[in-house]
Amino acid sequence: MNQSNDIEALRARLDGTRGREYWRSLEAVAETPEFKEFLHREFPSNASEWLDPVGRRSFLKLMGASLSLAGVSACTRQPIEEIVPYVRQPEELVPGKPLFYATAMPFAGSALGLLVESHEGRPTKIEGNPDHPSSRGATDIYAQAAILGLYDPDRSQTTTNLGEIKPFSAFVEAARAVVSGQGSKQGGGLRILSETVASPTLAAQIEALLKRFPAAKWVQWEPVGRHNAREGSRLAFGEYVEPQYAIEKADVILSLDSDFMCAGPAGVRHSRAFASRRRAETGTARNRLYAVESTPTNTGTRADHRLPLKPSEIDGFARALAAQLGVEGVTAGTVSDAARKWLGPLAKDLQGARGRGVVIVGEGQPAAVHAIGHAINAALGNVGETVTYTQTPEAAPSDQRAGLRELVGEMNAGKVDFLLVLGGNPVYTAPSDLQFGAALHKVKLRAHVGLYEDETAALCQWHIPEAHFLEMWGDARSDDGTVTIVQPLIAPLYNGKSLVEVMAAFSEAGARAGYDLVREHWAAQTGLSTEAVAPAPAPQPAATAPGAPAAPAGVAAAPSQPLSPFDREWRRWLHDGLVPNTAFAPKPVTLQAGFAKAAAPAGQGLEVVFRPDPSVYDGRFANNGWLQELPKALTKLTWDNAALIAPATADRLGLFKGEADEAFASKAPVVELKKGDRTLRVPVWLVPGQAPDTLTLHLGYGRERAGRTGTGTGFNVNVLRTWDSQDVVNGVELVATGDTYQLASTQDHWSLEGRNLVRVATAAEFAADPGFADKRELVADRALTMYKSDWKYEGYAWGMAIDQNVCNGCNACVVACQAENNVPVVGKSQVLNGREMHWLRVDRYFTGELDNPDTYHQPMPCQQCEGAPCEVVCPVAATTHSDEGLNDMVYNRCVGTRYCSNNCPYKVRRFNFLLYQDFDTPSLKLMRNPDVTVRSRGVMEKCTYCVQRINQARVTAKLDDRQIRDGEVVTACQAACPTDAIVFGNINDPESRVAKLKKSPLNYALLAELNTRPRTTYMAVVRNPNVELEPPSASHAEGEEGH
Amino acid sequence: MSQIFDRSANFLSKASLGAVLLLVGGLIGLVMVIGRSSYVTRANEFIEQPIQFSHLHHVGDDGIDCRYCHTSVETSSFAGIPPTKTCMNCHSQLWNQAPILEPVRASFRDDRPLRWVRVHDLPDFVYFNHSIHVKKGMGCETCHGRVDQMPLMRQQNTLQMTWCLDCHRNPEKYVRPRSEVVTMGYKPPVPQSVIGAQLVKEYGIRGNTSCSTCHR
Repeated sequence: MNQSNDIEALRARLDGTRGREYWRSLEAVAETPEFKEFLHREFPSNASEWLDPVGRRSFLKLMGASLSLAGVSACTRQPIEEIVPYVRQPEELVPGKPLFYATAMPFAGSALGLLVESHEGRPTKIEGNPDHPSSRGATDIYAQAAILGLYDPDRSQTTTNLGEIKPFSAFVEAARAVVSGQGSKQGGGLRILSETVASPTLAAQIEALLKRFPAAKWVQWEPVGRHNAREGSRLAFGEYVEPQYAIEKADVILSLDSDFMCAGPAGVRHSRAFASRRRAETGTARNRLYAVESTPTNTGTRADHRLPLKPSEIDGFARALAAQLGVEGVTAGTVSDAARKWLGPLAKDLQGARGRGVVIVGEGQPAAVHAIGHAINAALGNVGETVTYTQTPEAAPSDQRAGLRELVGEMNAGKVDFLLVLGGNPVYTAPSDLQFGAALHKVKLRAHVGLYEDETAALCQWHIPEAHFLEMWGDARSDDGTVTIVQPLIAPLYNGKSLVEVMAAFSEAGARAGYDLVREHWAAQTGLSTEAVAPAPAPQPAATAPGAPAAPAGVAAAPSQPLSPFDREWRRWLHDGLVPNTAFAPKPVTLQAGFAKAAAPAGQGLEVVFRPDPSVYDGRFANNGWLQELPKALTKLTWDNAALIAPATADRLGLFKGEADEAFASKAPVVELKKGDRTLRVPVWLVPGQAPDTLTLHLGYGRERAGRTGTGTGFNVNVLRTWDSQDVVNGVELVATGDTYQLASTQDHWSLEGRNLVRVATAAEFAADPGFADKRELVADRALTMYKSDWKYEGYAWGMAIDQNVCNGCNACVVACQAENNVPVVGKSQVLNGREMHWLRVDRYFTGELDNPDTYHQPMPCQQCEGAPCEVVCPVAATTHSDEGLNDMVYNRCVGTRYCSNNCPYKVRRFNFLLYQDFDTPSLKLMRNPDVTVRSRGVMEKCTYCVQRINQARVTAKLDDRQIRDGEVVTACQAACPTDAIVFGNINDPESRVAKLKKSPLNYALLAELNTRPRTTYMAVVRNPNVELEPPSASHAEGEEGH
Repeated sequence: MSQIFDRSANFLSKASLGAVLLLVGGLIGLVMVIGRSSYVTRANEFIEQPIQFSHLHHVGDDGIDCRYCHTSVETSSFAGIPPTKTCMNCHSQLWNQAPILEPVRASFRDDRPLRWVRVHDLPDFVYFNHSIHVKKGMGCETCHGRVDQMPLMRQQNTLQMTWCLDCHRNPEKYVRPRSEVVTMGYKPPVPQSVIGAQLVKEYGIRGNTSCSTCHR
């Protein structure tokens, strides 16, 4: 049987489902023998066996050794440990208590405001800054993973010249020599290539240099950035502006290929804004989201209506919609039949929400579509309401793509004497036809500043280790313009220099400390005097932990010396994590004629879309194991990228000719993609909901010099990416090679066997049947239980409620949990064995049509059952019930029988099959959370509801002679969540938010029929479809009940 | 052919079976005894420190309050080991030439911390919090012993789990008024059986025994 039949069979199976059925993978729908075996084994075959050949002798040896060791280990003496106190203890520091410092993470021309937890000078955990408008307390995966980035032992550690270790001062000397030599040419041979600069100080430094050398040039280059958005704003308004969306005010939202909830740091703000109109508590004020997209995105999974279109068709769709809405200057383009059906109802809905709707265009769409988006918003009266325009957060917006091409031309022409690469990795990220690496050789002197000795560093004479943002003084603007002073949490681990410090080496004043440079810039900006006794350059702690009520803003430590007027402000900025009143004011803009340009030529053949990878972005995070192992939201792939393709397209192209068993399995067929003389061999991965004839390739993989973790993972898709096709390549030829490649996807791991886990209704269905969520096929009789479950909780009873209405699968919770709980990385081969250690996973379920399914995300921490199946089967009482209702896990008692995991219906327990923790690397020792035990081999572990945070809050409350307040205990996943989907608290307190949520009609427990009575419950999803596009179907409702 | 084993072999085989059982039992017992011995727990072991600091002198003779040096005992999990600066508060005036104090002066002069050897060392999977125990009326002496009589610091108790649990299960046997927490040689004015139960009620002591109270 070949695949073609299989996909037909799949369709038949899906069509035949009664009501709704939710599935995680195509294998599960097809019920392939492989899938069934995987399911029943829990771990793949042989995962729990020692596969190396073991003879009788070695067996006896091992047994003898382990027996005697087991005996001896009981009487090991503790190793001698030292206590090393301070010589002079810093004033705010209390040993054993963490301090929180406000800072920001600069990222791709923007920044996210953060609070960083520091234990005796070691940053260990990152939280969002509740006062910062970009964060409001939440974070994204990149901010969460930055801790591992800081302590990464593979970061470059010394300044080198042609591979030889040199002091930084040698570079300063060399640089100054070059600069002074450029005097006669007015800097004509001087070029600076940076990433998008959102730091006002750095931009001012570079501009000062350009003033000194008018013929020198500064080029900014970001492989994925807001290039099209910027050019689109220029088309529409004749200037570079940043659209600021007030999504919380929008009733109707249209996303044109935009992943506004998860792309870039603004995603955090957008997610929260969207969620504010969508949660279980929102009631009937729900917004409605339409998504037209070429590749499934996290944003698209939350859409009420989703239309997969080829990237080239979206241009036509936007034009047709604009024409329908009567936008002047746009003529309707061609649209497919499926799209035409959408236009009427969509236009009507948008028109009905004048001033309360918004159209958001994605970065991958050409500039003209962005301009049309602006015009639609203007025509609908949304500008000034849900959209405002401000100046851009980057200091010097420019046409980066043109800039890079021009730079390469100059390099090839031998016009560049000195190229300073300030961060970034252009040799890897530049479009492949520019041949940046070859051009680099023609530059006389080239220097690279970066976190790693990467592909670019290898081709430069000088390499200077860059300071991580947690090690440096700096500043950064977030999307709305708010400036944060970036303050260091730790002295540079490897003598790194911040970009500001490197640039200072070229200034007339010479190399100086970053602290002075940033202060000087801002003193000049504010015009305040710095005269008075200067305080020591100590970072200022934010006085409060996240979650705790904010302390009165102001000066953290009472200063003993008089402060200068500037210092008074400066200290407040550092404490609050932002410079007040720096958010941009809205800017009036006028639409220019001719903004729509001509319609783009129709795409031909297969279209390939380039997107930043959901985990490693453009490759800058390739060496971050937490991100590499993070299952990507839609594919659940780890450690690799693949060409994403719709099942129907794969079927049409005849990609699966093999046996049925192999068809969907993680052994993916490798194809060759050809465009001209460029070829790329890459495995394909079937993604339901992908637009037909469209392949998505994620950037950031196939790195050659990323470090021990990232080198050699995945496939470098830059090969196909040329300068004029950085977003989409048309007419790509696909050839099956017959080879296969093993991809590690976790989508079938820890399966709950689809027992009515996701519950969904439309708003109308919910109104008609408010109790739909908790309808059960089987009602468990409480008396019928093998397990003791008549616990009494006199004090607190902890519980969690997870709102699936708003969860968009961004994964911030998973990385936050990993950082907070010292969860190890296991590597690709172990993931293939089903041994990934994430305590919290996000299950992704599809439902509906194979070509355009609805998608739901379900975060799965330990459910902390009242009648916990795990507790009763442990032979050594290593997992027990606490008097506050947690299922405690005691590592030091665990002997590793794995019975508990076997008996857990939710599959949330993780076993250390091997020694996954790195106990030796010194920098990783600094990274760990000292409040959580670091687990060794042979031990079971699982989510604890962040019991360390509960205990800390309990002690704090008792010291103050009070009860723990609602919202005082914030679990790591909850703190990170941009949508506030996770709510934790005391369910014994009827006034707590979690207790109120659990009274919601949408509340339901997973597998309630098993009588486990979990403490974690879920809010069923209420969709808000447009009845014109989705008429309420009687059969649907019936199926729902019969389900 | 004569028999290989004569009749006495029956007895020998039975006896050796018993001997094996005894041996195994004895070995298990031995392991348990060793596990609880002060060899393993390091109880009452004198430990060499970089400076022969005497609690007997500072607490017993001079009457310095525990919290003068262990400043964070009421606020943090960690009681705190004083920074060199604290030593120098007095020793820049007193005994400021004494050869025995040279390491302290050197530390202060060169900004190099003193490296003390930990005496009370719980395993890394145990999380103990000083502040809450002090708040609930547990005297320093209850765990650390008569520090005012120790010329060199030593660990008075086993620090084994059963020892912790004894108090967590019966806090009324050990609790004292908050005002007496740092008192050495405390004698309850009324019998402990009376005042203990009273204080447990007054301080709201619950003596948590959930695993996650200490292990996490």
